[in-house]
Amino acid sequence: MANNIKTQSNSESNPIISLKGVSKWYDDFQALKNIDLEVKLKEKIVICGPSGSGKSTLIRCLNRLEAHQEGEIHITGIELHERMKDIDTVRQDIGMVFQSFNLFPHLTVLENCMAGPNWVRGIDEKEAKERAMALLKQVKIPEQADKYPEQLSGGQQQRVAIARSLCMQPKVMLFDEPTSALDPEMVSEVLDTMVELAKSGMTMICVTHEMGFAKQVADRIIFMDEGEIVEQNIPEEFFNNPQNDRTKAFLDQVLS
Amino acid sequence: MFVDTVIEDKALHKPVFLIGLSVTVLAIFFAFNLTNTIFGEFLSPVIGNPEESGFFGRLAVSFVLTILFVGNLLLISFARLKIQILIVWIELFLLFLAFAYSFDLEIAYIFQNDFICSTESARAKLCTPSKIGLMISKGLFTTIYISAVSIAIATVIAIVGAVAKLSNNGFAYAISSFYTSLFRGLPLLLQIYLIYMGLPQLGFMIDAIPSGIAALSLCYGAYMTEIFRAGIQSIPKGQWEASRALGFKFGLILRKIILPQSIPIIVPPTGNQFIAMLKDSSLVSVLGIWELMFLAKKLGAKDFNHLEMLLTAAMIYWVLTIILEMIQARIESKYKQKT
Repeated sequence: MANNIKTQSNSESNPIISLKGVSKWYDDFQALKNIDLEVKLKEKIVICGPSGSGKSTLIRCLNRLEAHQEGEIHITGIELHERMKDIDTVRQDIGMVFQSFNLFPHLTVLENCMAGPNWVRGIDEKEAKERAMALLKQVKIPEQADKYPEQLSGGQQQRVAIARSLCMQPKVMLFDEPTSALDPEMVSEVLDTMVELAKSGMTMICVTHEMGFAKQVADRIIFMDEGEIVEQNIPEEFFNNPQNDRTKAFLDQVLS
Repeated sequence: MFVDTVIEDKALHKPVFLIGLSVTVLAIFFAFNLTNTIFGEFLSPVIGNPEESGFFGRLAVSFVLTILFVGNLLLISFARLKIQILIVWIELFLLFLAFAYSFDLEIAYIFQNDFICSTESARAKLCTPSKIGLMISKGLFTTIYISAVSIAIATVIAIVGAVAKLSNNGFAYAISSFYTSLFRGLPLLLQIYLIYMGLPQLGFMIDAIPSGIAALSLCYGAYMTEIFRAGIQSIPKGQWEASRALGFKFGLILRKIILPQSIPIIVPPTGNQFIAMLKDSSLVSVLGIWELMFLAKKLGAKDFNHLEMLLTAAMIYWVLTIILEMIQARIESKYKQKT
């Protein structure tokens, strides 16, 4: 609570994302238990934890691909709830990158990137194309613009997916295990892209098992287990001085 | 389709199979006494008068036919796949012609002038000098017209129905599922009668062609609703999630993301429906619409040359469906290249 009062008093560091007492059930199974979390603008958060710990569920609640049943989620000051009318406008401001890329296979790489700005934001085709090409350059695959997703490697596809999200000029980027479906040699090219994005000042929330990336980029690491936030800390403290036994056990397994 | 890389021995080239096949075929030919047919006449130099050839004649005829049949198979088995397919097609087609020939038809009847043309009332533009001409200019045209309009309407119904069936709007789901249940549950012929005779009871006077089109569209729209629903559902959930995450609205996702991807899945079964509908359009002949089936019956009935005209109609339907199959194959290969 003390933390809460502090942020409210300082309007400049108002959290862009805030969760209060968020809980979620799948039938009888409680996937999220009373989650409190605040993310400030430009903050980089890494969420880790064993599989089934609720980290993907948590991140998917942030753009309401999943519905929470208890508690409050505020994104850029707008509360997410089941009767809201403007979920699409909130979603336009939140980019999301999926484990399985989810590119549109019937559209070219360029069309994938233009789809959002052109069809949703109503930006004309020429400008959408320029923006898409600029971002494809940023993720270093402008030469693949006219290919179809299946002609690309996994790493290239994931970079296109990142560019596709960035084309919407989001305020926050969510990454849901972006490198888990990749062959080992392609992980680094995607992580490099994410590191550069972090340097550019994007607010990022990443669910990932890449601890090297977490050390390098994260302002804060959150460890989840069984639907709870067990521990959160700055990377140095998190890795060198974990407090909770579950965190220690997890780190032993991941870092060994 | 997946073709295994291991080449198996051809069954036809195994002596055991070949002998077994020959014995079976011989037994079959022997079981049907063929000495009194054209085959017996051919062999008369050997077996004498077919009528009196008895057991020996019957055996000789079956033996020769078996040699011809099995030898033909053996020869074809050495050809390349494409040649094999071509030869078997031609042989089957010749058999079909022989079957038709055995009816002892009066082929010229098809090309004779029709009485309809000589009457005062039919001196219209569409009146043509021959029966086959009338079948094509009037019957084929009407059949294609009815089918094409019905196909277009059925497609629209199917898209709307599929979306309704997938929605969580109670009214939409109930209406759509009631519709598919009813129109898949009643025989098409019955639907045609119900629409043609039922709607006037409500005060809607409806002509034969519109009611035929309505029945065909509604019936096939119901089948296609299920096809479209399955096609939409087969698209991975991730496509919806990615579109939603970008802020797409439902209609936009369906139009730009989901339907374009389900087309390759929808096309093959939909092609089947189009072909089936083309043939089922013959049922509207009961309303007196001058399409192929109706004309075939009408033109043949006067001189009791039913089979001539029915076979003519059969060939026209067959050619039409072959054309549709080719179009379907084209569309399928086009989408195969793209994705």
